[in-house]
Amino acid sequence: MDWLSTFSYMDWGQVGALTLQHVALVGVAVGLAILVGVPLGVAMTRFPWLSGPLQGAATVVLTIPSIALFGLMLPLYSKIGHGLGPLPAVTAAFLYSLLPILRNTYLALTNVEPGIREAGKGIGMTFWQRLRMVDIPLAVPVILAGVRTAVVMNIGVMTIAAVIGAGGLGVLILTAISRSDMGQLIVGAIIVSILAIIADLLLQWLQRTLTPKGLRS
Amino acid sequence: MIELDKLTKRFKQKDGKDVTAVDAVSLTVNEGEICVFLGPSGCGKSTTLKMINRLIQPTSGRVLINGEDTTGLDEVALRRNIGYVIQQIGLFPNMTVEENITVVPKLLGWDKKRCHERAMELMNMVQLDPRQYLKRYPRELSGGQQQRIGVIRALAADAPLLLMDEPFGAVDPINRDAIQNEFFQMQRALNKTVIMVSHDIDEAIKLGDRIAVFRAGKLVQFDHPDTLLAHPKDEFIASFVGQDATLKRLLLIRAEDAADDAPSIRPETPVADALGLLEEHDRRHLVVTDAANKALGYVRRRELRGQSGVVRAFLQPFAATAAFDEHLRILLSRMYQFNRAWLPVLSADNDFLGEVTQESIADYLSSGRSRGKTSIVSPAEGAAG
Repeated sequence: MDWLSTFSYMDWGQVGALTLQHVALVGVAVGLAILVGVPLGVAMTRFPWLSGPLQGAATVVLTIPSIALFGLMLPLYSKIGHGLGPLPAVTAAFLYSLLPILRNTYLALTNVEPGIREAGKGIGMTFWQRLRMVDIPLAVPVILAGVRTAVVMNIGVMTIAAVIGAGGLGVLILTAISRSDMGQLIVGAIIVSILAIIADLLLQWLQRTLTPKGLRS
Repeated sequence: MIELDKLTKRFKQKDGKDVTAVDAVSLTVNEGEICVFLGPSGCGKSTTLKMINRLIQPTSGRVLINGEDTTGLDEVALRRNIGYVIQQIGLFPNMTVEENITVVPKLLGWDKKRCHERAMELMNMVQLDPRQYLKRYPRELSGGQQQRIGVIRALAADAPLLLMDEPFGAVDPINRDAIQNEFFQMQRALNKTVIMVSHDIDEAIKLGDRIAVFRAGKLVQFDHPDTLLAHPKDEFIASFVGQDATLKRLLLIRAEDAADDAPSIRPETPVADALGLLEEHDRRHLVVTDAANKALGYVRRRELRGQSGVVRAFLQPFAATAAFDEHLRILLSRMYQFNRAWLPVLSADNDFLGEVTQESIADYLSSGRSRGKTSIVSPAEGAAG
């Protein structure tokens, strides 16, 4: 158990900075995925023919191994001079986040009871009024479940960002590997895990708070 | 008033065949009336209803509300002026009872105070305490309470027309009866025009001013419920209304309709005259009224025989009476309960209107008369002709 001693000589200032960077990378990526994924999910309910191609594409992205996806970003972004750094990393994590958010939004909206939808239509609510006043509030818990999945998954995936020079907690692990420092490797891995757990708990709390009162049991 | 003019819905099935779900249905429902669309499932009654608020787009035909063709109207604006109640209720679970009730008024731009007052008023109308229930969520209410909210939500913006798609179908039988009665009273008080889809003949008889029977997309008969029961147009309707159609009519016939023209006497009538009248009409009793025709009681032939003087001494109070607007089912039940062969029919002011007897009921039911229809054809004569 000598890796425990690593804790004593870790540069905690650096760990803190990397953690913040990691959180920022994931936060920006998932935030963008929410901004794009939720409207796309809504569009899929409005235009059902979109749902097949969009869900298919998002699923294909998810099957690409993460290290390959990060690699694919390199030549793409080097054309505009950003082959290395946060831009390709955020893009890759954004693409990964899209599927769970898109799919959960779509599922939640299409699963609104037909009776509720018919009543809303029948009493003269427009599509947008139903969406804003009824469908979205009812879908919030499920959409946030998708966000939780995306965040937890991408906190792990984002360690690869270090490889393309985007920083984050992956830096700890990467340097540990190059120095064959098992202690630091394990500590880095543990910090990433703890970060994922904390993020999950926070989002769980948020999910509960944002669930409409009438739905809580 | 709402008028359907050759309303038709055709659509293509998956196998490419054209199906006519609703075939040129024309009918008129007058203001303040409840019209029930009745028929087996798949007969087109729901489709017809949904074409009125254009949840389903008609293939052809028109819907006129108070003479105005609704075809060109914006469908959202149209729906906000037509209340809509469905079997699944469809309350919004994320909104409180008050928010549910005031959805449409808010969309119409009512201010907060007016919305709240309207919600209070409507809650009182369905006997739900606003203080207790307005802040609750739908899932905290029983099924019957939820459907009451569903109904008043449809009434919130005071739309003159109400469409209801099997509104009480999911409510348990005990609550259904109560909620139907409540709805009926509310409808009469507010003078709403109602079109209600049902597959329950008893509900249709109970609530309908007129019943429209559908089969395979066509309107087969459109009549007062009693006429429907007394004179079903064909075998299909006869089988749909059931073999006990005549017994069902008991619910629809009021005491004053089935009362005979029994004679009455005054307390000061001599016994001899009373006996003469009894003889002449072949009766065993006579109702006694005062000079203003208010019923006082009755005398029996058996007690007058061999007596002299006036009948006042032999006057007996009624054991049971019939109010003019009570239906025959209640009266028959009362006659059996008190073991009477007859009941005096009294107006709200206690005027004597005649007597309901087993005979007068049987006469009425077999006479071919029916409420809401003036031409009188007896079923027997109709069959013979």
